[in-house]
Amino acid sequence: MADLTTDFLGISSPNPFWLASAPPTDKEYNVRRAFEAGWGGVVWKTLGAEGPPVVNVNGPRYGALYGADRRLLGLNNIELITDRPLEVNLEEIARVKSDYPDRAVIVSLMVPCEEAEWKAILPRVAETGADGIELNFGCPHGMSERGMGAAVGQVPEYIEMVTRWCKENYDRPVIVKLTPNITDIRYPARAAHNGGADAVSLINTISSITSVNLDNFSPEPSIDGKGSHGGYCGPAVKPIAMNMVAEIARDPETRGLPISGIGGVTTWRDAAEFMSLGAGNVQVCTAAMTYGFRIVQEMTAGLSQWMDEKGYTSVQDFVGRAVPNVTDWQYLNLNYVAKAKIDQEQCIKCGRCYAACEDTSHQAIWMKEGRVFEVNDAECVACNLCVDVCPVENCISMVEMAPGTVDPRTGRTVQDSYANWTTHPNNPGAQAAE
Amino acid sequence: MAPGQMASGLAAGRLTAAEIDANFDDLHPAYAPHEAAVAADRCYFCYDAPCTTACPTDIDIPLFIRQIQTGQPEAAARTIFDQNILGGICARVCPTETLCEEACVRETAEGKPVEIGRLQRYATDTVMSAGVHPYSRAPETGKSVAVVGAGPAGLACAHRLAMLGHEVVIYESRPKAGGLNEFGIAAYKATGGFAQSEVDWLLQIGGITIETGRALGGELTLDGLKADHDAVFLSIGLGGVNALRVPDENMPGVRNAVDFIAELRQAENLSALAVGRNVVVIGGGMTAVDAAVQSKLLGAENVTIAYRRGRDAMPASRYEQDLAASKGVRLMFNVMPVGLTGTEALTAVDLEYTQVVDGRVTGTGETVTLPADQLFKAIGQTLDGAPGALALEGGKIAVSDGGRTSIDGVWAGGDCAAGGDDLTVTAVAEGRDAAMDIHKALVG
Ligand SMILES: Cc1cc2nc3c(=O)[nH]c(=O)nc-3n(C[C@H](O)[C@H](O)[C@H](O)COP(=O)(O)OP(=O)(O)OC[C@H]3O[C@@H](n4cnc5c(N)ncnc54)[C@H](O)[C@@H]3O)c2cc1C
Ligand SMILES: Cc1cc2nc3c(=O)[nH]c(=O)nc-3n(C[C@H](O)[C@H](O)[C@H](O)COP(=O)(O)O)c2cc1C
Ligand code: SF4
Repeated sequence: MADLTTDFLGISSPNPFWLASAPPTDKEYNVRRAFEAGWGGVVWKTLGAEGPPVVNVNGPRYGALYGADRRLLGLNNIELITDRPLEVNLEEIARVKSDYPDRAVIVSLMVPCEEAEWKAILPRVAETGADGIELNFGCPHGMSERGMGAAVGQVPEYIEMVTRWCKENYDRPVIVKLTPNITDIRYPARAAHNGGADAVSLINTISSITSVNLDNFSPEPSIDGKGSHGGYCGPAVKPIAMNMVAEIARDPETRGLPISGIGGVTTWRDAAEFMSLGAGNVQVCTAAMTYGFRIVQEMTAGLSQWMDEKGYTSVQDFVGRAVPNVTDWQYLNLNYVAKAKIDQEQCIKCGRCYAACEDTSHQAIWMKEGRVFEVNDAECVACNLCVDVCPVENCISMVEMAPGTVDPRTGRTVQDSYANWTTHPNNPGAQAAE
Repeated sequence: MAPGQMASGLAAGRLTAAEIDANFDDLHPAYAPHEAAVAADRCYFCYDAPCTTACPTDIDIPLFIRQIQTGQPEAAARTIFDQNILGGICARVCPTETLCEEACVRETAEGKPVEIGRLQRYATDTVMSAGVHPYSRAPETGKSVAVVGAGPAGLACAHRLAMLGHEVVIYESRPKAGGLNEFGIAAYKATGGFAQSEVDWLLQIGGITIETGRALGGELTLDGLKADHDAVFLSIGLGGVNALRVPDENMPGVRNAVDFIAELRQAENLSALAVGRNVVVIGGGMTAVDAAVQSKLLGAENVTIAYRRGRDAMPASRYEQDLAASKGVRLMFNVMPVGLTGTEALTAVDLEYTQVVDGRVTGTGETVTLPADQLFKAIGQTLDGAPGALALEGGKIAVSDGGRTSIDGVWAGGDCAAGGDDLTVTAVAEGRDAAMDIHKALVG
């Protein structure tokens, strides 16, 4: 069994699976259960400043997007930061950390954008013995209207300023949690980096409306007939989150900045993908809220098995391995030519590839006598749509054309060399450069 | 074991009333909404879907399943009824394992098709149990059509004609409408009086009168009907039964399976229905299976189906065979009856083993004797009482496309007409198509 011990910012945890700051980490009771179940660490539910705690709505705070069989694909919420008193949370954090010294305990914070407020809370967090803090610059609802959360996270200058305050007034690692509700994720990441952040974590939730009640025309979740944009998370957000992680990982200005990957992690595979894109560990919320804490057992066992199969002895062996392969479109090899190939043995004759290609793509699939579906190489542009819509895994594959053979669609011989758009004759920029 | 089970000869009450009720419960229980959603999610929405091609009424199956998926079983039902107004009974009785579900690509992929029949029932039940009839009639055309026989073919034809604005009179010899839906189909396939409520539901369209107790060949003649109406549709089913051609075939204890089934379907109280302790059914089709299974469900101790060819040649599907076996019916292949024993009533049947030589079934000389106090003949139904002037083909009324017979102004469909399988759904398709052809002939 591969060793999953993870060192993130000098904070050690028995595995890279942390619970993200959210209801699963809102109190001692939950966190103890989480640690018993095997979670490597937690980011405690976001704490606010001293004083009367925030209040939550008293009706539904979650909405959902379902796949087949009511499988929860996306969850949205209009919950705020913790609604329990600061003192109670701090006492619990201290107790849990001392009982579980081998687990990571990070405290998520969100206080108004004034230095005095941060100066007031940071020493109290330090007293708990927690391993570090995470600055919640991501919450897209409720707090942002009060000038916190995403309202800070959307202004790079604020991120840099608050991060710097924290680094000056707290001596353990400072993680900056980013909001995805921004056009280019690299700017807030650079700001955090410039402010001295030890790491960034992302993504927080995405502003969203999951559904509308078609009887009373209220967005869901509906509070007395009205709804508010909530934060979206769960499996549906994973592709968005992974792209943002990769963008930061390969940005020259932030290269090497540790990243905690968040957003839709549900299985060991999701974690391995995030980590290969540069995340040093992952945080999980929705998967735990959907299935309970026990799912971490699949995550740890699965990651460990995969590492054994690949011969990796430490998570460091694969963290960031995919980053060099993430590039800009213009550098993709235009001399690479593939064709779809349908395995007749595996084909169940549903015809979805045909409908997709005939109606919406390139009319490159023949439907022959007896529902035999075949690819017409002379039309196939290798778009992959047929592969994606085929219900049988591996029935349709993309087969690379060997250099030297002729692509019947273009009549050109497939080249062994690499050539991209920057030098392509159709590119006006390329011609101008000549 | 109930006290009556060991009684010899024909006896009622072999099982308790509660056991009988449980035995005759729905074969394919209705889906709850979530089950339906899960089942619907399995559909791939195939291109030019093989299931639709396999359905004799061409229901757009992927579309109706998608409508269930999106939470509109009413719209799904409409998609079904547009093609097959008896989609309710068909959902219950179609041998889907040899029709749509056999063609389902998930059958190819996993050996587990989308449960199209049960989904169809879910959709149709939603509308029918609400008492909603989603069709109305076109303006009256002033034309009148006689339909003879109120089985699935006749009902489907009548409904389509009424919808198109014609006036329809259905002449039915039995006291009740429904045909074999009411008198033939196995009781556990159409529970809760479904066949009659379906007829009532269908008649809500208006413009259809059913006259029961009126038989063509009795006081009604084809010429008379032609004179009184603008067109005639014959859907009289197969009223005759093939004979065994074994000596003493009329001995007490020997009976036509269809008569036993009809009695069973009409029985107020199944506990009062007599059945043998040792039952032998001769035949290999759905009628044989239904007679055997229902005998077993009534409490017969030993029930054997004796079929004269091998398993692969058996007209009843493998699914039906397995159903019979699961109820405890013994399936014997390659045997034919050669003698009946009994003085006052049947006590045993002699079977001779068979082999197929040059395509013909012949005896091997080896015999076996089974104790039998009841024997059901289920070796096929035949056309009975068709007007003599009609041209026949293979013992059935010859028809061309659209169901036209050799006589002008007379159409035929369902079991009585040549071509197509003897299935409820085929009867519906032929009735519907004949209605369209009649409509074309009447209004151009
Ligand atoms: C025991 C049994 C089980 C079956 N099980 C199934 C099954 O599970 N699934 C399936 O798809 N199919 C099944 N079938 C076949 C199916 O029932 C028939 O294919 C279908 O009913 C044919 O419809 P129809 O309208 O042509 O004839 P029928 O249903 O036979 O209707 C004919 C009607 O015409 C009436 N009639 C007859 N002669 C006259 C006359 N001279 N004048 C006036 N009226 C007349 C009859 O009383 C009857 O009401 C079964 C058949 C039998 C016998
Ligand atoms: C109900 C709920 C409450 C949340 N509250 C917080 C919070 O207080 N602080 C925070 O930083 N993130 C909060 N989040 C965001 C999660 O920590 C996480 O970033 C997000 O859900 C994406 O991860 P997931 O796809 O694994 O759920 C919350 C998420 C949910 C579902
Ligand atoms: S890869 Fe695209 S173009 Fe080629 S056959 Fe498949 S769907 Fe058609």
